[in-house]
Parts: sequence; C-alpha cells; structure tokens
Amino acid sequence: MIAEAGLAALWLAAALALLQTLAGFGGLGDRLAPLTGALRGIAAAQGLLSLTAFLLLIWLFARTDLSVLLVATNSHVDKPMLYKIAGTWGNHEGSMLLWVTVLALTGGLIALMERKLDARSFAATLGAQGVIALGFYAFLLFSSNPFARLSPPAAMGQGLNPLLQDPGLAFHPPTLYIGYVGLSVAFSFAVGAMLTGKAGPAFARAMRPWVLISWIFLTLGITAGSYWAYYELGWGGWWFWDPVENASLMPWLAATALLHSVSVLAARDALRAWTIMLALTGFAMSMIGTFLVRSGILTSVHAFAVDPERGTFILVLLALYIGGALTLFATRIGSVRQGAPFHLFSREGGLVANNILLSSILAIVLIGTLYPLIAEGLFDEQLSVGPPYFNKTTMPVTLVLMLFLAAGPLLRWRRDGSGSLPRKLLLPAGASVVALVLLMLFAPDAGLLPLLGLIFAAGLAIASLVPLWGRNLLRTPLPIYGMVLAHLGVAVAAAGMASESGFTQERLQAVRYGEEVEVGGWTVQLLGLDPVAGPNWTAIEARVLARKGEGEWILRPQSRNYPSPPMQTNEAALLSRWNGQLYATLGTQDQQSRWQLRLWWKPFVSLIWLGGILIALGGSLALLGRLWRGFRARYTKRVQEGFA
Amino acid sequence: MKAKHQRLTLVVVAAVALIGAVLLAMQGLRSQAAYFYQPAALLKADVPPGQPIRLGGLVLPGSIAKAADGVTTRFSVSDGKATVPVTYRGIVPDLFVEGSGVVATGRLDAGGVFVADNLLAKHDENYVPRELGNIDREAVISESETLIK
Repeated sequence: MIAEAGLAALWLAAALALLQTLAGFGGLGDRLAPLTGALRGIAAAQGLLSLTAFLLLIWLFARTDLSVLLVATNSHVDKPMLYKIAGTWGNHEGSMLLWVTVLALTGGLIALMERKLDARSFAATLGAQGVIALGFYAFLLFSSNPFARLSPPAAMGQGLNPLLQDPGLAFHPPTLYIGYVGLSVAFSFAVGAMLTGKAGPAFARAMRPWVLISWIFLTLGITAGSYWAYYELGWGGWWFWDPVENASLMPWLAATALLHSVSVLAARDALRAWTIMLALTGFAMSMIGTFLVRSGILTSVHAFAVDPERGTFILVLLALYIGGALTLFATRIGSVRQGAPFHLFSREGGLVANNILLSSILAIVLIGTLYPLIAEGLFDEQLSVGPPYFNKTTMPVTLVLMLFLAAGPLLRWRRDGSGSLPRKLLLPAGASVVALVLLMLFAPDAGLLPLLGLIFAAGLAIASLVPLWGRNLLRTPLPIYGMVLAHLGVAVAAAGMASESGFTQERLQAVRYGEEVEVGGWTVQLLGLDPVAGPNWTAIEARVLARKGEGEWILRPQSRNYPSPPMQTNEAALLSRWNGQLYATLGTQDQQSRWQLRLWWKPFVSLIWLGGILIALGGSLALLGRLWRGFRARYTKRVQEGFA
Repeated sequence: MKAKHQRLTLVVVAAVALIGAVLLAMQGLRSQAAYFYQPAALLKADVPPGQPIRLGGLVLPGSIAKAADGVTTRFSVSDGKATVPVTYRGIVPDLFVEGSGVVATGRLDAGGVFVADNLLAKHDENYVPRELGNIDREAVISESETLIK
C-alpha cells in the first residue's frame, strides 16, 4: 500500500506542476489571470506532495520492504539503519526523487516567502519552476519509477555498494542536489526576468539568496565529496578530475561567477544581460552534471551500471530547457534595458575580470570533460582526459584569478580614481615576498606551481583581510565579513593544495612484523594484524605504530570484505596533526608473509577542506546579513505604516 | 565611455578570453589526452615510449606474478588477439584477479613493457568498463591455455 500511496503522491505532484506552469505563465496574459491567485497554494502543495512521496520511499527503505524492486536491488535486511535510510538516495531512482523533491520544496518556499518581486515576474518565475519540475516528474514516472513492485518479493535484498556504505552518503548527495536545484531557481528567475523585461536590482535582490544558498551547498558538497573520496578510495588523492567530480565543479564555477555578477546588479544596476546569461549557464551545468552522473556515459570512479535510455531522457530535457532559454535570451534580451555604465578601473571592473576568468576555467573544464565523448562520436577514437590536462590548463588561469581576487575588493565602485590601490597592496605583496624567501630557504625544490601557489596564497590571505582595515569592526555589515572570510578561505585552500602537491612524501613497501619504514620524518612499524567484524562486513585490521620525536600513535588501516554484494575494500587510516596528515593503507600479503603498506605524509593537506569550510561559512554570513537586512527593512516599514 | 561602447567592449573582452581558454584547452588536449588501446591495437599503432596512454583488456589467466620487492606486480593484458606485458608498482585494486577486466593508465617503456601508474579494475559485478565491452572472453582463456601448454 505504501508504495502505491507514494506513486499516487508523485502523480498528483506532477499534475500540480502542470497546473503551476499554466497558472504561472498564464499570469503573463489576461485569460488565465484568475489562476495566478492560486499560484502560491499550488506551489506549496506540490512541494508537500513531493516530500510525501520521498518520505514514503524512505519508510520503505527503513522497513526493507523487499516487495519493492528498488529496495530489493539496493538494500539488504542486515544493513545498518543509517545506510538503509541513506540508501534511499544511493541509487538512481531514489536520487532523482530527491532531486525533484528539493526542487518542489524550493518552489514551495519561493511561493511562501518571496515578497520582493512584482506580480508578473513572480508568476513567470514559478511557471518556469513548474516546467522544470514537470520534466523531472515525467522522467521519474515514465523511465525511473522508484515505487515499482517486485513479484515475488526478494528474500534478502542485493545490498548497497560497500563504497557507498559510509556516513558521507547520508550527507554528500543531498548537499549537492540542494546546490544543483538552487541554480534551477536562479534559472527560473532569469526566465521570468526575460519574459517581463524587468532585470534590474529588484530581480537581482530576489535571486541573490537562492544563488547564495545554492553556492554554499555546492561548496560544502564538493568539500565533503573531496574528503570522502580522499579517505574512502584509499588512493591518497583528494581530487581526481573525474567526470563526476567535474560535474559538481562546473556548476560551482558558474555559481561563483553568478554570485559576483548578481551583487554588481543588485548594488549598481550593471551587468544585466551578463547576469541572466550566467544564470542560464549555471543551470545548464547542473543539468550536464546530472546527465554525466546519471547516464554513466563516461568511465568514472562513480560509474555504476546505468542504462543509456535514461541518459537520453536527461539529454532531451537539457536540450529543451537550455535551448528554450537561449532562444528566449536571443529574442528577448534586446528588450531588457541597458544597465548603468562604469569605469573599467573599478570594483565592477574587477568583478567583470573575476567573471571572465571563472568562465574561462569553466570552459576549459567543460571541454576537457566532454572531449572524450566528442572524440568518440566524431573521430571514433577512445581516449581519456585526466589530471595532466586539467592541472596544466586550469592552474595558470587560477593563479591569475587569485591576483584579481586580491586586488578586486580593494577597488571602489563605479570609478576608482583615488590611486590608493598600490598602497593597499603593499602589505599583501610583502607577505608574498616573505613566503618566497622562506620557501627558497627551506624548500627550494618544491616545483614551480606549488611554489607560485604558496606565494600567491600568502599574498591573498593578507589581501583578503585588508577590506576590514580602518573599519569599525562592530558596525561592519555581515556580508563584508562574509566576503573577507570566503576570500580568506580561497587562500587557505590554495595553500593546502600547493603544499599537498609540492611536499607529499610517499612510501610503498612490503613489510614483516616489526619492520620499520621511514616517511616524511615519521617512523612507521607494522605491529600485527587482527581480524575484526562490523555489522555487515569482516576485515583484517593492521596495527601500525607511527612515531615522531616523543609521540607515538597507532593507526588501524583495514582490508574489508563485504558479503553482499561481494566486494573487498581498503579502509585507509588517517592520523591528523596540526601540520599535516599521515595516511596509511593496507594491501595484500605475499608468499613470504610480508604485507604491503602504503604510506603518505601530506603536509598541511587539511587546509584544503578547512578552506572549503571557510568559503561556505563566508557565504552563510553573507546570506544571514542579507536576510536580516530584508527582515529589518520590512519590520521598520510595517511599524511606520502602523503609526501613519 | 558611452553605455553602448561599454557593452561592446565587455563582449569583445569576454569573447577574447573565452577563445583564449578554448585554444589553451585544445593545446592541452593535443599533448595530454591519453588514447585508449586494446593490446592488438597497441601493437599495431606506433606509440612512442613515454607517451601517456591507457591500456585495457582482460588479465591473462596464469600471468600474475609478484616481484621480489613485494609491491611490484607483473601480469599480461590480453584481448584474445594479442598480449602486452604490464608492470605495476602499487597496491592492486580489490577486484583485480586473473581473467578480470582491467584498464591501466601509464606508458610504454623502451622494451615494450607497459608501466602502469594506475589500475582500474571493475568496480562491482554489474560493471564492466565500457571500453572492454567487445572483448571475447573465450579467446583470452584459450590463449592462456595455449601459453600454458
């Protein structure tokens, strides 16, 4: 019964999405205008129904109802409860349902909260949301029904891929999806603005919180995903330029650019067409990301067996939405009034540079990610594009971007004629020189890119704090703190990446009990092996003693066996110190009873993820500041009206 | 500066930057894209040593051997028509067994041995690397039998 109820909720939600589309776009003309009044209710109800369907699916997974095909193929009676629930979205159908649920809930939230937009733009925006949701409901109902029954029911269930049996699964996909879907909201706002021709500061202010939310969640999702891959895959790397990783990076790049251009639009009424274009690009990247992940078309560490028909469906949706929006852009952008002009040497100019550089990186990543598909389709050649390409092409642009990032926030709006920029950059430049001297003295053979990365990061870290100079810190608005923190986060993350790539030391050795291995100033010794058992796995666990100076620590890397589905995984052991991480994985035994140990010492690697968290925190401060300001403005207005 | 000129300037600057990015990407792709070969195709193609490539096929049954250092694995990759010797220094992936599909990233050395720096074995029992879909498993097995004889 529960599965049928879920399916019914999904159909009803789809019907409401259709109604929302009609009512929303109908709000532009006169004939359907009466429906527009009901728009808020329709969108909210659609959100609730979609949420109901999703909760029912979670319920089916929690109870391990093996008469449901999806549960039987992706879950197992012996799985721990956390993974039973998280397993709901650890598969294709469930994750698409999560996608559309987040989308519908966001639509409901816009319907209930949005007060800044004029009525026509509001209706058109919700109409666009309806169209997007409708496509995904069709996708679920016609090609990926999560509630399909299995007859006769399975006995145990096939289980979940062990690599996914990790707390990361509970957190990582929903975070990324909120990010992806947030960009669909920006897209809908942009479509609304194009239809009504109103693309001024009001539009930017209405869109900004959603872009911020999307960007914060994408940042968190990427950061968490990177750390997850780092410890779960046991390969010692934190970013593999894998198509699926790029699928999350590309929307982030677009969202970062959009976030900055939307700020220019809100503050200075400039960059109108540009902002709209970026909003379209951002959602296009979300869709391409969804397509790459869900079609399994590119060989990837994430490649689960997925059938190509689904990929085609998403591709058709992608073509419809993005093609439609671009056509709209081409025909309507002429009717969007010009924004305010500005001098190129100004805050706006700096932000334009930021936008162009981010878009360039985006183009490079997009080309590299899709090139294997193009080469196979056009030239019938099979090839792959990996880290050598991406590092070589994106790093130089990123370094230039860091220069602009340091200088941009120090410029004034409209036109910076003060000539104070060189003075303000004195201290950051000094920090870079100090970093250069220190590196030359203590680590002369780090390699060019890590060296440049660290020098630029040192300068950027100081430069990011300069906007606070001379301000009353108690009266500084939250968004300024947000910007400072996010830019500081970029410097911190860049320093971590440069340090990891420049100074990592690795040892791979087959060792007997008691044998010692040296790596990065650590003495590591294999003490012994123990059999251990978890709720649904057994493992061989190594006891590894790591010593440095007076300190002694025990690391316990495991080699795990899962019976269902049958699979062996390596669980890395990590030892975090203030100045880096010691990373150990256990391999196999050879004929002379030696065990393979692979060890890395990664100086300051944690800064990578700390930087990501700082960036997201900065975004959150900015969001809080904006929301608080909006709330206070409304409150003051209401009080004044009360007195009048 | 007039508003119209400004819009034009911005469009031109953006276009130049994007074209620059595309050129950078094309140049990078030409030198860094790793072509994929199966053993027979690799022997036919004239790939210079040191060029990064990927090699895919089935692990020839009976070919896996571990070197004295305990961390270097030698094996052969076959597609039923030809075999290529491979050496890999590292922990072999979980599902790397005789007869399993494998995709190795690396380069040929001067002696025609493929030096792998990464092995991708199939992930779970449902997943076969897409590039290996056409390999005739029977041919590989019969080839290993003739080698044993």
